[in-house]
Amino acid sequence: MTVQETVLAIQKGEMKAQEVLESHLKTIQDREEEINAFNLVMTEEAIKEAEKIDSLVAEGKNPGPLTGIPVAVKDNICTQGIPTTCSSNILAGWLPPYDATIVERLRDAGAVIVGKTNLDEFAMGASTENSAFGPTRNPLDTTRVPGGSSGGSAAAVAAGFTPLAIGSDTGGSIRQPAALCGVVGVKPTYGRVSRYGLVAFASSLDQIGPFAETVADAALLLEVISGHDPLDTTSIPEPPLDLSSALTQGVEGLRIGVIDELSGGAIEGISDDVLACLEKAVEALTSAGAIVERTSVPSTVYGLSAYYVIAPAEASSNLARYDGVRFGPRVDAKTTSEMMVATRTAGFGDEVKRRIMLGTYALSAGYYDAYYGKSQKVRTLIMNDFAAAYEKFDLLLSPTAPTTAFPLGDKTEDPLQMYLQDICTISSNLAGHPAMSVPFGQGTDGLPVGIQVLAPATDEHTMFRAGAILEASNQGQS
Amino acid sequence: MTSKTLDGWEIVIGLEVHAELATATKLFSSAQNVFGGEPNTNIDPVSLGLPGSLPVLNQKAVELAIRVGLALNCRVQRSVFARKNYFYPDMPKAYQISQFDLPINEGGWLELPDGQRIGIERAHLEEDTGKSSHVGGGGRIHEADYSLVDYNRAGVPLIEIVGAPDLRSAEEARSYVSELRSILVAIGASDGKMEEGSMRVDCNVSVRPEGSEEFGTRCEVKNINSLRSLGRAIEYEAQRQVDIITSGQEVEQQTRHWDEADGRTHTLRSKEEAFDYRYFSEPDLVPLDPSPEWITEIQESLPELPRQRRINLSEAAGITPQEATLVVERNLDEFAIAAIEKGADPTRVLVHLENNLADGIGELTIESFAGLISLETSGDLSATQAKTVLADLADKGGDPKEIAAHHGFEAMDTSELETLIEGILADHPEDWTAFVEGDPEERKKKSGFFVGQVMKMTKGQADGKIVNDILLHRAEN
Repeated sequence: MTVQETVLAIQKGEMKAQEVLESHLKTIQDREEEINAFNLVMTEEAIKEAEKIDSLVAEGKNPGPLTGIPVAVKDNICTQGIPTTCSSNILAGWLPPYDATIVERLRDAGAVIVGKTNLDEFAMGASTENSAFGPTRNPLDTTRVPGGSSGGSAAAVAAGFTPLAIGSDTGGSIRQPAALCGVVGVKPTYGRVSRYGLVAFASSLDQIGPFAETVADAALLLEVISGHDPLDTTSIPEPPLDLSSALTQGVEGLRIGVIDELSGGAIEGISDDVLACLEKAVEALTSAGAIVERTSVPSTVYGLSAYYVIAPAEASSNLARYDGVRFGPRVDAKTTSEMMVATRTAGFGDEVKRRIMLGTYALSAGYYDAYYGKSQKVRTLIMNDFAAAYEKFDLLLSPTAPTTAFPLGDKTEDPLQMYLQDICTISSNLAGHPAMSVPFGQGTDGLPVGIQVLAPATDEHTMFRAGAILEASNQGQS
Repeated sequence: MTSKTLDGWEIVIGLEVHAELATATKLFSSAQNVFGGEPNTNIDPVSLGLPGSLPVLNQKAVELAIRVGLALNCRVQRSVFARKNYFYPDMPKAYQISQFDLPINEGGWLELPDGQRIGIERAHLEEDTGKSSHVGGGGRIHEADYSLVDYNRAGVPLIEIVGAPDLRSAEEARSYVSELRSILVAIGASDGKMEEGSMRVDCNVSVRPEGSEEFGTRCEVKNINSLRSLGRAIEYEAQRQVDIITSGQEVEQQTRHWDEADGRTHTLRSKEEAFDYRYFSEPDLVPLDPSPEWITEIQESLPELPRQRRINLSEAAGITPQEATLVVERNLDEFAIAAIEKGADPTRVLVHLENNLADGIGELTIESFAGLISLETSGDLSATQAKTVLADLADKGGDPKEIAAHHGFEAMDTSELETLIEGILADHPEDWTAFVEGDPEERKKKSGFFVGQVMKMTKGQADGKIVNDILLHRAEN
């Protein structure tokens, strides 16, 4: 059943929100110990929510477009009175006094929030292994990682814990785990979804987006959470998206460019399995009437380097507030500054510390121009290259991740190998453009491959047209 | 400068003034912007810098910042917010949202009452910090048992006005701050209360030999809480620097702390210990680009500034603009002009407004004020009597004639006065000779003495001016 079908069934009284919730809670009970997708399962709160939805329906009211649908929310998104940890010890015990804007929108749409999902600490990572709550495992093969940083949300959908989940994407943190777990993941245009209540990693790159089993479900969830929010000055002053017509419109006549650098060109390390799936995706889109050609976006090869200056620089500032003064645990010491050092030393994990140091250095007097300044120029270059590409093409195409899901522990000792997981996804964050990952084919290991559809800023609609075709073609094959 | 050792040296002063903007809410959130209040009551997720919170710019604060820029003759321009990063417990996010390379206002000037123009480098928007208090150990952070932080002030909008190093004495620095305060109050941007910390002054001081074109090494002095301490701090700091240089050493660039109690500045940190603030553009806020129409609208809504008001009063009263300073500062200039237009003697108008109405005009009306002055100039009331009547008018209002009658003030008969003066002169023959034979200076002194005697004997009922006339008349005949 799609989400939309379930919603209609509950609204018509054919099913109860409580029954839908119960069956999902049962799945969670069966497999959560093995998967570890959640930092917190909100069983009691969810049951109350579902009861409320059922009574609203019984009163003849329409609770909204997500009536009774269980949703998992990444644990870096604030939920009032419910722990929000970012999978970090430094936020242990902290209870946000407010809901994130998207949490309010989910509740207003009738969704039932089931739990807070695991992530790499402060969303820094690509495997969900950097977590104070232990690693999340890939439901399709539990010896492997689900990707990250939104690995908990991707795994929750892949394991059937919830049909929908919310993630955040700073350099690929929705799309890469979606690819590795075989689900749909969308990073909307920067500013499409309010960041109010999303605990910041890198403010100019962070964007909240949906996970779902299907493209249509992802579209529905994105419609609910999108739209201007006066509490986020960087949010786009537009009403919520309406993507319904995109799902059936097809790609006839659309011009789609395959990014050469990410598809066996300049950048090495994209596996043959993945490239083979990309070829099939090109065929599928072509046979659906799109005009697909290879094209070059030359500066994407510098994206990763620029990202690993800009994101840590912003993170070093965003994470400075975790000083033990106002919230979170405190390690006592003789002086205030010693207390801050001790608290941060105990509270942050290694990867977070590595990026704070990197970012602090990049912003320091005497180094700013060489690192941060230069990276901002690369960012402009990438935007210009994308703009040039979008003069010729409506959409761009590439793999989402270089490989299928890799074994746990495989890259934990080598941060650079881990960083390379985001090689295909990072440029969209730097440009602020939307991109989505759609499952398409499998590797020789039998694990799913994701294909990335990229679109110019604010054109989620055209992006979903291609996403729907890829999904239909993939289902036709399997 | 009175101090001998500063002879031959020139002091160079540049001031950075922080003024809290008079908005209802904070710069980036809807928490209240009010002075005082129970600790940590005017707060919200944004002013506490809670994870996930985001700043939203307060439009009123922008409007007030533009008012300040226009009043200080600055260029109002597209600006960008920046993060100034440093760790301190009263800084909720461990960074302050400020403006760095693109401030909202740039390149203006402020004219002192004496006509000198002092450059304004920039006037930018930023948020205030919370307040720490240290408990135990005499209130100093290093010896305290524990510290408390109040975030009520965190996020309050500030305008930081950076003046050029154009000031050359403590006197000029005080005049600059006082003029700036008058402007901020006049345009409704700030209440300008130094004692409540809503206006704070950091002072950059250096010295150089007179005639030198190069700047000396400067020190920044913080913690100046009044105009008086501003003057004292500058004089102390200049002397300290001159002493260092004349003893053959070099001034070290430092941030120093003014200690009101011991009247000295103390090292806070040296140049090497200066923070690296790691400024970068604030990604949570979009660039601020006020439309030319809005700026024009704000320009047109500005009231007349103190400088123009001094000119207006000077023209009405036949004085120099500088002489109009005090009355304009007290916001009594329009009242003064109205009274003068009603025919009141300008000199008496200014004397009363400057000296006899320290607590404001109260119930005094333009009519009663003008009426009082006409009684005074016609000789019906002495200056002392007029002062008494004025106090009553300010207190309860009423008719000056009736109040004078109620006090039993009637002009003394001139012949009565003549007799009285004759007696006094007979009692003090040496003083009288000194008056008759003295130069104008001596005459003035002695006339003061005689007027004083007359006043003593008449309990202030006599008119000093008439007494003077009688004395002069007698001396010349």
